[in-house]
Amino acid sequence: MSHATGQKYLKQDSLPLMWCSGCGNGVVLGALLRAFEEMGFKKNETVVVTGIGCWGKADDYITTNALHTTHGRALPFATGIKAANPRLNVVVLMGDGDSVTIGGNHFVHAARRNIDLTAIVVNNYNYGMTGGQFSATTPKDSYTSTTAYGNPERDLDICALADVAGANYVARSTVYHGYDLQNHIKEAIARKGFSVVEAVSPCPTHFGRNNKMKVSVEMLKWLKEKGVSREKYLQLESPEQKGYFVIGKLVDRDAPDFSACYEKIRVRALVV
Amino acid sequence: MKDRYEIILAGSGGQGLIVCGMMLGEAAILEGKNVVQTQSYGIASRGGFSKAEVIIDKEEIIYQQVIKPDMVLALTEEAMEIYASGYSDIPVFYDTTLLEAREGDNLYGFPFTEMARNLGHTGTANMIALGAMSAVTGLVKVASLESVIKKRFSGKVADMNIMALCSGVDLIAK
Amino acid sequence: MQREAKLIQGNQAIAEGAIYAGARFFAGYPITPSSEIAEECSRVMPRIGGVYMQMEDEIASMGAIVGASLTGAKSFTATSGPGFSLMQENLGFAVMAEVPCVVVNVQRSGPSTGLATKPAQSDIMQVRWGRHGDQAVIALSPSSVMECFTLTVEAFNLAERFRVPVILAADEIVAHMRENFTLPAPGEVKVFDRKKPSVNPDSYKPFEPGEDGIAPLAAYGSEYVFHVTSSMHGPEGFSNNSPANAAWKVAQLHKKIERYRDEIVITKTFDVEDMDVLLIAFGAVTRAARAAALEARKEGIKAGVLQLVTVWPFPDREIAELGKKAKTVVVPEMNYSGQVAGEVTRVLGPATDIRRVNKYNGQIITPGDILEEIKRGAKEVL
Repeated sequence: MSHATGQKYLKQDSLPLMWCSGCGNGVVLGALLRAFEEMGFKKNETVVVTGIGCWGKADDYITTNALHTTHGRALPFATGIKAANPRLNVVVLMGDGDSVTIGGNHFVHAARRNIDLTAIVVNNYNYGMTGGQFSATTPKDSYTSTTAYGNPERDLDICALADVAGANYVARSTVYHGYDLQNHIKEAIARKGFSVVEAVSPCPTHFGRNNKMKVSVEMLKWLKEKGVSREKYLQLESPEQKGYFVIGKLVDRDAPDFSACYEKIRVRALVV
Repeated sequence: MKDRYEIILAGSGGQGLIVCGMMLGEAAILEGKNVVQTQSYGIASRGGFSKAEVIIDKEEIIYQQVIKPDMVLALTEEAMEIYASGYSDIPVFYDTTLLEAREGDNLYGFPFTEMARNLGHTGTANMIALGAMSAVTGLVKVASLESVIKKRFSGKVADMNIMALCSGVDLIAK
Repeated sequence: MQREAKLIQGNQAIAEGAIYAGARFFAGYPITPSSEIAEECSRVMPRIGGVYMQMEDEIASMGAIVGASLTGAKSFTATSGPGFSLMQENLGFAVMAEVPCVVVNVQRSGPSTGLATKPAQSDIMQVRWGRHGDQAVIALSPSSVMECFTLTVEAFNLAERFRVPVILAADEIVAHMRENFTLPAPGEVKVFDRKKPSVNPDSYKPFEPGEDGIAPLAAYGSEYVFHVTSSMHGPEGFSNNSPANAAWKVAQLHKKIERYRDEIVITKTFDVEDMDVLLIAFGAVTRAARAAALEARKEGIKAGVLQLVTVWPFPDREIAELGKKAKTVVVPEMNYSGQVAGEVTRVLGPATDIRRVNKYNGQIITPGDILEEIKRGAKEVL
């Protein structure tokens, strides 16, 4: 079998990609479209739902059904789609702003509801599209265009949030680890219930430039070095201070998803 | 029997006045009448002020609120004060278990709550009151209220409510 | 079969109207005084193959009904003041993306939490202008339990026909009032379903208007594949930032409604043939106005009532026609600023004697409140 290219899901006439050189979004897009191909998804049975932000522009390059929504609200729109037609494959593309900052409440409740959506969250630690302001995932003390003297706030762990809120599948990868990323996306899509793949990605234009990693290669090196397995992470001394993070599969559950639970309610409603 | 009745049922939240108003309205609909039932209430589900209004008319009911009541049921002193104290020409029903007894030709004071307790459930006090109110005024037929009770409840609960209704009617017949 | 008359609440009639119209998806967040709609839907939807979703807030509720509608389901939500404010952004999305859906706003006292259980008619301008960006909107306002039903069906019909969100601007009075109600038999009230594309899937453009000015709407999961965006877009549904395209799109959002204005606008009149005093009312206050007009006639003042069943598009022409026959016009409404009276003044001009009756304390406008102003008007003008 030849390797999937994902080409048939790529909207060729929208190229070139609008993202900055060195941005990781193209890598995540490629991984997603190859995953679609490997899973044999039909365009008319697949809906890609996006929010607002750099990664939220990804729908412009995808040939399946798509819904480009409002900032932070992609999950509620996707929830409506999936609940109304559970046969559809619904994939939600959000950045760190969409998913856990402005849309944090929806993220928590989509996971709690365990609705069968796959959230592909590109985390570049800042708001790239609006000029590199800090988000809920921006590390403490780092510099952005609204934290000129360092970030006074603590950052939020997207995967830990998804875990405690009840997601069935959670994995973290980076655009440096492209092949793993693609496999996690496939596993996440295949899993019933709410699943999350966090793709840590460089924003050399803003976050990198503001934090002494002007060139994308420096950021990729940083991802390579700081993204470690859980085993290695546990061996590290005070890993949080050193900026390390765990990559790999973090949550693997099989709780019934919303639609399965709602079907049971329908049966009960008819009996009552 | 009049063509139009405007009724106020007032007391506090949790006394079942709104359900009482609904059942009265449903009984009137069974008799082919037009009904509007409205309510005013506070933000608390229990306690606090509560009032149900019912208008029953052979014709279309245009304005939905009671302007001048044809009868009042008061289940708290406050309700009595606000809705009944100004009237001497309309029947006013009140619960002597909960309110001070008072004198007046238009006043019908009965221990609705105590009677209901003796029947086995204080929640049936409203049904006793509805029975008495219908018997005095011919507001709706007792049979219509009975049908409504049977539609809403079943088994022992229905029986208890019908018993309550009849004991209310008997208060007047005596 | 003789259909049975029941005593039901306005909110329940709204839920029954939605289901009669074919709604099979409700997403909402409970809020007084609209919660009974959610409760009814939670009971009925699972029994009829529909979905009830209680979302985490009204922002999510509005997003979910848009998503559901794009799969072909007729969808709606119900809320009140604070929740309606939260819905505005995604309501604007439904306008921009031309997604049929119905939003019930049971108006209550404000601003902010206000008097949470008390009625108001103070969201009329928010209904019209609450979202950023320029757009046309359709809104209806019921005055009885039966109208709660019929106007909900009509709201779905208009939404489906014109690919727009339609707002049912109810108020706490009609929402909580109980009246006689007989559920119409299936087919007795007209139900309209959205126009679907018939072209080859390769040539489908989700935002290209047909000859009737409306673009057919496919469903996610059908043989059609399509792209929908909140950004300015061309007929193909992809972002298009050209000035010419933006001008076309914004105009299209208005024109598809303007073109059918006469079919959309509904008004009712009561005793206007010989009137000197014209009362213009909407929602539950229509009833107080009608009662006041009858009282006025008993006192020798010829009063009549124009009920604005459709509040947006504003019934300019109907008001202008009757307004020129009236010697004085009285506009009662449950707000301070005279949101509808201001529009009436815009239509009839400053030379017309227009009188306002406003109540904004959570209490209902009574026939007596209106009669007082009728008499004052009669004394000063007639």
